[in-house]
Formats: sequence, C-alpha cells, structure tokens
Amino acid sequence: MTTPNATVPAEGAQKPLQEHFDATIARDQRIEPRDWMPEGYRRTLVRQIAQHAHSEIIGMQPEGEWITRAPSLRRKAILFAKVQDEAGHGLYLYSAAETLGVDRADLTQRLIEGRQKYSSIFNYPTLSFADVGVIGWFVDGAAICNQVPLCRSSYGPYARAMVRICKEESFHQRQGYELLMTMMRGTEAQREMVQDAVDRWWWPSLMMFGPPDGDSPNSAASMAWKIKRHSNDELRRRFVDMTVPQADKLGVTLPDPELRWNPERGRHDFGTPDWSELQRVISGDGPCNSERMERRRSAHEEGAWVREAATAHAAKQAARAEEGAVA
Amino acid sequence: MSTTGDSTTRAEWPLYEVFVRGKRGLNHVHVGSLHAADDRMALTHARDLYTRRNEGVSIWVVRSEHITASTRDEKDPFFSPSADKVYRHPTFYDIPEDVPHI
Ligand SMILES: [Fe+2]
Ligand SMILES: [Fe+2]
Repeated sequence: MTTPNATVPAEGAQKPLQEHFDATIARDQRIEPRDWMPEGYRRTLVRQIAQHAHSEIIGMQPEGEWITRAPSLRRKAILFAKVQDEAGHGLYLYSAAETLGVDRADLTQRLIEGRQKYSSIFNYPTLSFADVGVIGWFVDGAAICNQVPLCRSSYGPYARAMVRICKEESFHQRQGYELLMTMMRGTEAQREMVQDAVDRWWWPSLMMFGPPDGDSPNSAASMAWKIKRHSNDELRRRFVDMTVPQADKLGVTLPDPELRWNPERGRHDFGTPDWSELQRVISGDGPCNSERMERRRSAHEEGAWVREAATAHAAKQAARAEEGAVA
Repeated sequence: MSTTGDSTTRAEWPLYEVFVRGKRGLNHVHVGSLHAADDRMALTHARDLYTRRNEGVSIWVVRSEHITASTRDEKDPFFSPSADKVYRHPTFYDIPEDVPHI
C-alpha cells in the first residue's frame, strides 16, 4: 500500500505524533507506510532506498557483460539467474520506496540525470571471467554484511525487502566462490587470473561500506532512527573478519601488507582504503561511471516504445471490453 | 518532476499490489508491488519478480487504487470496539484447574 504521508499537521498537533513515532522506534517496532513520520526520516529513507535500488540495477552491468562469454552453459545459466536476481532486488526496493510517496519513474529519471547516486563499486571494469567469481565472493559478500542487519531496519517495507533479498544473496556469494575454487584447481594461468581479480577488487570492496565513521555525516541520524543498525567501520571490520579465512582456503592473498590477526582485539587489523579514490569514484570520475550511466540511459530510451506499445494495447483492450459490455 | 513524454507514458502504467499464496493451506500474503500496463501483465510480472524460486502456488494482483484501507492511526477509534470486549477472550473465564480439556 502506497499512500504517502502527505498531510503535515499543524505545530501543536505534531507533538503527540512525534512522541508516538519516537515510542514506536524505542520499542523496536516497525514504522509502516501510513504512519506519521518526521520529514527527515522520510527523506533519509527515500535517499537510501533509492540509492540501494539504483545500485542493484546498475550492478547488473559489470557481470552482465560476461553472460555471452561465460565458458560453459552451466556458468551462463548461473550468471543469467544471478543478474536477473539483481534486477529483482532493484524492483523490490523501488516498490519499498514508493510506499514513501515517491514515484518510480521519477526515481529512474533522477538516476539517469545523475541526481541520485549508486554504489561506487559498479564503476570498476570486469576484465576477466575471474572477476565474475570475485564479484560474487567480495561484492555480494559485502552486500550480505550490509543487508543482514537491514532486515531489522525500522521501516517495515524496507526491512521486508531486505529479508527477500538476503535469501537470494547467499546463492550469489556461493556461486562466485565455487567459480573461483574451480579456477584455482585449473592451470597456473587461471590461478593468476583469480589473484589478479582479487588484487583489483579488494580495496574497492572495502570502500563499499562508505566513508570512515568520522566522515559519515548522515550515519548518526540513521542509527538513532534505527534505519541503519551498525556503523560503516563496524560493517567493514565484519567483512574483513569473514573474508580472510575464505581467502586462506581458496589459496589467494589479499593485497594488504598490514592485514594480520590481532589476538588482543580478537579481530583483524587492516590497512586504510584510499579514501580519495572513493571520493573520486563517487563524484563521477571512476573508470566506468560514464559507461554505466550511458548504458542505463540508452536501455531506458530504447525501451520507451515497448512501454508505449503496452500502454496503447492495454487502452485498446479496455475500450473493447467496455464496448462489449455496452452492446 | 519530469516533463518528458516518456515518463508521462510510464506514469500511466498503474501500480499493482501483489499477494502470493506460499503453499496450499496458507493465506495469500502481501509481498510488494509493481507497475504493469494491464492485469495480465501484472500477473506475469508478479510471477517473474516474486516467485523465481517456487515461493508461490497462487498469485493475486490488484490495482493499488482499488484498495480501501482504514486510517493510518492505530489509535483511531475505528478499532476501539475490539479493545473493550475482554469477554471475547478465553482467558476472561475462570475455570478450576482440575477440570480437564478446557
Ligand atoms: Fe543484490
Ligand atoms: Fe547479489
């Protein structure tokens, strides 16, 4: 249900509404679409959910490029299903965003015009088929770290979309890791391809969690509202701790000389990503930004006639049904 | 705010709510929404979007605008008739411990 929270109550009337909202958050209950909510909460959610949706949609491109070149029918079918899931994730999220009173077509327009962002990670190129495996392992693995806590996000439709998405991410991560295990059992050249892909994707994957906590101005409000449950740095640490033993088993080296187990803290110490690179990629200057945007734009424009034809067909059918009813 | 002809066309694809019966014996449950040009397209889109892994044996789609809903405030007097009738609950009645099966 998608009725927006359109009416803004007068000053005096707002206080009990705010109190009710705060109490609902404090009790760890969900906010639902038709509830009153502070404008800042709504705006933050729209931005985060839209950005998340756009990331899923743009995220189809780097891997999608390998569908026609997958080395076997099995890998092709798997990759197809995976990329299709990412489209589905985008649509679940647009659906959640619409419960906040925004229009899906408008969100797409904002993406295409560069007024809303998507994850920096998808602005890197996929140079070999090993990249498909590493994306599943790192990028979907990082997505899992990010998204599992979001299943308890305070906004009901967002949390429910996350539950649906998380169920599917496990397949994404496992198919990637299995692909890499297969390549590691292959030739020396294949093992080198895997290591090369790991070297290129490691740091951009760590950047997926966003800037360091001290530099993440919106985080505090998001955590107070329980939209987000953990800080960027905490999620990044979890990802590192989760991935290191997987890298060992696979037999690859993560490209960070500072990476080591810290027995006192019971976690890994690791190096600092190049934040200036993240800044560059976010502001549009990554290796593939313009290519990704151009592809999304042309897909939208080239699909216009299909959308128009479907609309015309539906109108014609409806008119015929009406005529039939009259006659 | 977009004024291109394209988004005007797109906006004409109405919003549908999707309900899926997970398996026999269960109710249909609301799972989300989608846009489609007509009812039939809404059904096939719903199948592709919400049941890629056997999540359903039956789907309902309904135009969102055709749903009538109660007001958004859960403290609305609309629900008060159900709150003050404690005798509708089995716990309202004291039955001795030694009466079996009740
Ligand atoms: Fe995804
Ligand atoms: Fe994924």
